Amino acid sequence: MRGGTELGRVRGLGSAKAGAHHWLTHRITAASNLFLMLWFVIAVARLPGYDYATVRPWLASAWVAVPMILLIVSVFWHFRLGLQVVIEDYVHAETRVALMFALNFFVVATSAIAIFSILKVAFTAAAGVPA
Amino acid sequence: MTVSILHRVTGSGMATVGTLLLVWWLAAIAGGPQSYAVFHMVFAEFGKGVLGYIFGIGLTLSFFQHMASGIRHFILDTGAGYELNSAKRAANATFIFSVLATIAFWAFLLGAK
Repeated sequence: MRGGTELGRVRGLGSAKAGAHHWLTHRITAASNLFLMLWFVIAVARLPGYDYATVRPWLASAWVAVPMILLIVSVFWHFRLGLQVVIEDYVHAETRVALMFALNFFVVATSAIAIFSILKVAFTAAAGVPA
Repeated sequence: MTVSILHRVTGSGMATVGTLLLVWWLAAIAGGPQSYAVFHMVFAEFGKGVLGYIFGIGLTLSFFQHMASGIRHFILDTGAGYELNSAKRAANATFIFSVLATIAFWAFLLGAK
């Protein structure tokens, strides 16, 4: 154990005072995921096909594009919190820090690509842009 | 015990593999017919769509299992269901639900097309 005063030894080892917020946000996004993912699974199952001509106008509809963006925010936020718990439980020291960086970059980058893609499809549908 | 570990495994699997596939799918639609053709080739045409079935069934089974044990977590959060028998029964119910829901999903999907 490193030296110093008793106070110096325990400093930085306590609660970050963010645990309750993390826990609650995990539950709130779990509830919104439940509705959004059930919608998504049913909507995808009900599609008449999965070719480009079917899928693109489907995604371009406001009734699909908006819930899809909400799904991306809710689900990605939820998995960001969940993977953090998994990383904190099984990975330690420097590797943990590196994985947390990677997790944050991953969730931000993938959600940006997803939301941009949805908006691009939705906003170019009515303009007659060649699909 | 098993349900708890499966909750993490299915969650981590969907968060990584599921995320990449969903984002690929959305980006392929946004990218136009040629980029969608690549996605369609990989998951619907290659080997009669074997990759589509492997990832599709894996992800739907993971989703229904994660959803069922997530709902179980909501109930446990209220402080209920910790008695050995009811905990065991609820744990088994999540497996039965996820398998049946996955079968129902794919039966509907393949039957409707």
